[in-house]
Amino acid sequence: MSKTYYSRTHEYVTVDGNIGYVGISDYAQKALGNVVYVDMPEQGDDVTAGEEFGAVESVKAASDLIAPVSGAVVESNELLIDNPRLINQDAMANWIIKVELSDPAELDELMDEEAYNAFCATEGAH
Amino acid sequence: MPENKETCLHSRHVALGAQMSPFGGFDMPIQYEGITEEHQAVRNHCGVFDVSHMGEVSVTGPDAERYINHIFTNDLTGAPDGKIFYGMMLREDGGTVDDLLVYKRGDNDFFPVINAANIDKDLEWMRRNASGFDVKITDLSDSMGELAVQGPEAERVMEEVLGLPCSELTFYTFKELDRDGKHLIISRTGYTGEDGFEIYADYEATGQMWDRLMESGRCAPCGLGCRDTLRFEVGLPLYGDELADDVTPLEAGLGIFVKLDKNGGFIGCEALRKQKAEGLKRKLVGLEIHDRAIARHGSEVIDPADGHVIGHVTTGYRGISVDKSVAMAMIDAAYAEKGAEVAVKVRRKTFPATVTAKKFYKKSYKK
Repeated sequence: MSKTYYSRTHEYVTVDGNIGYVGISDYAQKALGNVVYVDMPEQGDDVTAGEEFGAVESVKAASDLIAPVSGAVVESNELLIDNPRLINQDAMANWIIKVELSDPAELDELMDEEAYNAFCATEGAH
Repeated sequence: MPENKETCLHSRHVALGAQMSPFGGFDMPIQYEGITEEHQAVRNHCGVFDVSHMGEVSVTGPDAERYINHIFTNDLTGAPDGKIFYGMMLREDGGTVDDLLVYKRGDNDFFPVINAANIDKDLEWMRRNASGFDVKITDLSDSMGELAVQGPEAERVMEEVLGLPCSELTFYTFKELDRDGKHLIISRTGYTGEDGFEIYADYEATGQMWDRLMESGRCAPCGLGCRDTLRFEVGLPLYGDELADDVTPLEAGLGIFVKLDKNGGFIGCEALRKQKAEGLKRKLVGLEIHDRAIARHGSEVIDPADGHVIGHVTTGYRGISVDKSVAMAMIDAAYAEKGAEVAVKVRRKTFPATVTAKKFYKKSYKK
């Protein structure tokens, strides 16, 4: 049974056992517009919660990707290399990296779907 | 920071659901439907931009022509009324104060159009350098709106939707007419590499023309996002990216707009003659990056052999009309030959790139 958590910087991590699938939320892909490039770490790289691990680029600008959890990258989504727009088509299905969680307690710092939706509603009101 | 100003069409942009963002001191529409869609609308059909943020200035008086020639790199001597010139105002050291269009309305009457972000700086510069000239300099920016109607169908949209016949206008010429009690200036100019027109009018007339264009369904509303991708692909400079106070037009590859042998010269002329005689130390070039990675403004350009920094990217995109990662960059002249192999740094990684021409897409002006 998997569960999805969200960060305040609009990344999600869907956790299944000790594996987390990390991507950007549907709210984030809509705000970005057409994704033209995804800069991803490679298999074996370590990512650290709260730190930048790559970028998603729209036509206009690059947005840093901030890791919601720490751990080793076990896979990056190579489909995104030639087809970055998959993120616009379905951001939740098209994760960016698959991470082996080194500290599952970090998930407590993230929001569940309900809290995240409420967070986005206040962001949109600005 | 002062609040951003709003153009006369601001509420219309918000009502259309535009993504708004600060640009040049104004809260401007970046995109409506999307940058790619709007870019393609201009390349293939017709799009309209609110460019009311641009600054407009009136320079009149017995010494107007002599004064304009003194502060402007291009040469207006003996030009016919109705002609438009592109060029720059320079500092004494050759750095660029701004790039601008100058419309010649009459021997004693000129109409410079300047960049929004530079309005205060330019007017201060123009007034400071007007001593000894019998001219009157008036800032019209706060009372004048401007629309840019751009694309291969622009002429038909101007005639059929706005009722403004303009087929007789050639590239870089303009005419003035009164319509429904409003004075309009219409020029065959633009910043997209496509055929098109720019219309200057008061706020009310600008709003009415915008509404008619929207109601017609024949002209997509276009934001500054695609204005930048369109101008970039055809190698047109943007002040703040390719041009700056410490960049000369020769370095930016704009020498054809700089008349170094102009009678009486112009401010900055001596510095540019010297720069030309000594040879340029850096040049603006195009780069094609051999990866999907996108080099943005400020990305370092390096020598792949030893990694030392040879310049920086001024503008970069994943091209829209050209499906490649491309950029313009100001680099050490020793590396500026077409075909030279360099590298660009994007975040943690370095990617190989080749020096190319600055134009990535062919202009389709109607001359």
